[in-house]
Amino acid sequence: MAEAVIQVRSVCKDFSLPHVRQRTLKSRAIHVFRKRREVEVQHALRDIDFDVERGEFLGVVGRNGSGKSTLLKILAGIYKPTSGRTATSGRLVPFIELGVGFNPELTGRQNIYLNGALLGFSKAEVDEMYDDIVSFAELEGYMDQKLKFYSSGMQVRIAFSVATRARADVLLIDEVLAVGDEAFQRKCFEHFHALKKRGTTIVFVTHNMSAVRQFCDRALLIEDSRIVAEGDADDIATQYTQLFTPTAHTAQSPAAPEPEEAAKDRWGEGGAHYTSVIAPQAVTTEDDIVIELEAAADSDIDEAVFGLLISNSSGTVVLGTDSLLRKTRCGGLQASQRVRAQWSVPNVLSDGLHYVDVSIIDDGGTVHDYWKDAASFTVVKDEKSPYAMTPDTTFTFERLNGESGALSPSGSDGSAQSRSDDATV
Amino acid sequence: MRHTLAHGRRTIGPASPLASLVIDGRQDGGDRRQPGGPEAKPATLYTPTCLAFDLRSGDVRDLLTRLRRRYRYSIILLRAMVASDFKLKYQASILGYLWSLLKPLALFTILYFVFVKLLRIGVSIPHYAIYLLFGIVIWGLFAETTNSGVPSLVQKADLLRKISFPRYVVVVAVGVSALISFGLNMIVIVLFVGLARLPLTLDVLWLPLLLLELIAFCVSFSFFLSALFVRYRDMSYIWDVVLQAGFYATPIIYPLSLVHYAFARFLLFNPIAQIIQDARYVLVTKQTETMTQAFGTPWARVVPVTITIALLTSSVLFFRQRSPSFAEEA
Repeated sequence: MAEAVIQVRSVCKDFSLPHVRQRTLKSRAIHVFRKRREVEVQHALRDIDFDVERGEFLGVVGRNGSGKSTLLKILAGIYKPTSGRTATSGRLVPFIELGVGFNPELTGRQNIYLNGALLGFSKAEVDEMYDDIVSFAELEGYMDQKLKFYSSGMQVRIAFSVATRARADVLLIDEVLAVGDEAFQRKCFEHFHALKKRGTTIVFVTHNMSAVRQFCDRALLIEDSRIVAEGDADDIATQYTQLFTPTAHTAQSPAAPEPEEAAKDRWGEGGAHYTSVIAPQAVTTEDDIVIELEAAADSDIDEAVFGLLISNSSGTVVLGTDSLLRKTRCGGLQASQRVRAQWSVPNVLSDGLHYVDVSIIDDGGTVHDYWKDAASFTVVKDEKSPYAMTPDTTFTFERLNGESGALSPSGSDGSAQSRSDDATV
Repeated sequence: MRHTLAHGRRTIGPASPLASLVIDGRQDGGDRRQPGGPEAKPATLYTPTCLAFDLRSGDVRDLLTRLRRRYRYSIILLRAMVASDFKLKYQASILGYLWSLLKPLALFTILYFVFVKLLRIGVSIPHYAIYLLFGIVIWGLFAETTNSGVPSLVQKADLLRKISFPRYVVVVAVGVSALISFGLNMIVIVLFVGLARLPLTLDVLWLPLLLLELIAFCVSFSFFLSALFVRYRDMSYIWDVVLQAGFYATPIIYPLSLVHYAFARFLLFNPIAQIIQDARYVLVTKQTETMTQAFGTPWARVVPVTITIALLTSSVLFFRQRSPSFAEEA
């Protein structure tokens, strides 16, 4: 069995809320007769138990304020747990953020020495690695300028460049990837790959689920100061994404839409209305997206048309259709008639959160019920794309010059030959 | 030897010494907090038995290397902090650290004209000008250490919240910075002593000991005040007033002979008064009232020295007890 380098046993951390804390002697004097127990306690972490084995890459995910960073700070020895204990063996880098201790008034060079000292490097040691640090950050020629004249990207590069020098058995990283451009993030990733290969144990707090999937062997999901899930990084990343689909994935509408919400998100003449719109919680690559609808008519409608729109998290409408366009007739509805409908779409959408708008229109064009963001679902795909759709597209390649045998199935031998001639010119 | 949880089979609460030992890495193997050290040893957690220096090997050098390794990170941090403080302090000033020399000189000139020429207080004491300056410089070390010590932890709150490092380094760094300007001031004193052709006696050898006492006294106030300031921000206002009162309660600008002798005795119990008078005695003039003169025995100094030791011990204990919560409160 692998050796546990970090052991966390029933760790709890409480903070007394600052507004109650007696910060001045006056309030202390005034409240001298009051029992000191009267402080509001916030539980930042409750009953945290886990081990991290040597060489493991553990992801810690959770919403903002769920307690992730507090946990990291306890591991780093910055906070003392209220109860429970942690044991860490090996050299631990006390750094959990980039560029800690940077002073804008000092030059780049001075900041490198300062930052290096915080990592435990003596002046002589920094002297030795100084040139490497500067060239890795690609900032030669800027080192005698004050840090305040650096762009934030340059600052991050310097900070990261110093941080990569840290020699550690255990590394605690908090949200490094939140900063920096794409090139910088790639550098981070490369560094993590190298660390992982070297067998460094890493605890990694992040909101970047693709990083979790890519690097972590295991992950913890912290929600409301507790570990709610622990296990395979992919599963945890999926669970985390689901946290952000609105709490009720099934939007149960009341018998009639509330007047306030009718104003913006729901409107219509009221001849018919949806009673429920259910979207799946998460859709993975293989599944179709199936939206289940139930509606009830409030008056007679000659021909009801059910419409749906899907928009992605940036608000762009990705696709939409209605039963008239799809030539699927629902027919007329009498008052108090109830209908169930199902709409299924092949999963061509890109990874991320999507919203569904639904409507009931009649053939005369009257909108009876329009419900914006009636439901939402999350598409989980390995392919990350900035575009709205990622259908299963296929690439084929063939090499047209050189060895024989790779011929285009459609084009004639002649055309393939001529193209290859072009290429060689 | 590694700590495993089997090691602490009993229920471990926050008060358990083992828990604090493991969590607060500074108290056990300081090694663990030296991330960049050259001899990266594989995971080892030191138990208290490892810390009790293995005297069987009986090697003082071994002990020294252990100590050096234990405090390696602290020393590296201290140097870096002092160096950057120093650079920041005199940045964008044309005369730079010459100001550390000019400031006491300017103050001295003012006081000299007011007290020696105008009020004629120090006529009974030879070389009253140097006498005055020396007192001011010693008091200056105390004032600077404590004044910049009070907010030191809060100013470094960002660091405290993000890195685990021995907290005392912040306060000590402030003290070292003050000590550097004190050293520059002492150059001025030595210069005047030379110019006035004051006779140097072997008594001068007492100065290092007095300096040690002075540093201990200054640092203990710094520890107390900085830790208190984290929680009670009134500390800075209170300290302003206390320092002002202390300046006049200490025989700096007036000769002690002006004070009623019973009261003078009482004033001398203040370690800083004792230090100033003794320092003047050994370096400037024998015509100054030290504890030996006031009480008739040199052993009277036991009182202020004991006060200093007690202050230092209690302040270190207090600081250590408070330091785990600095990250949350600063």
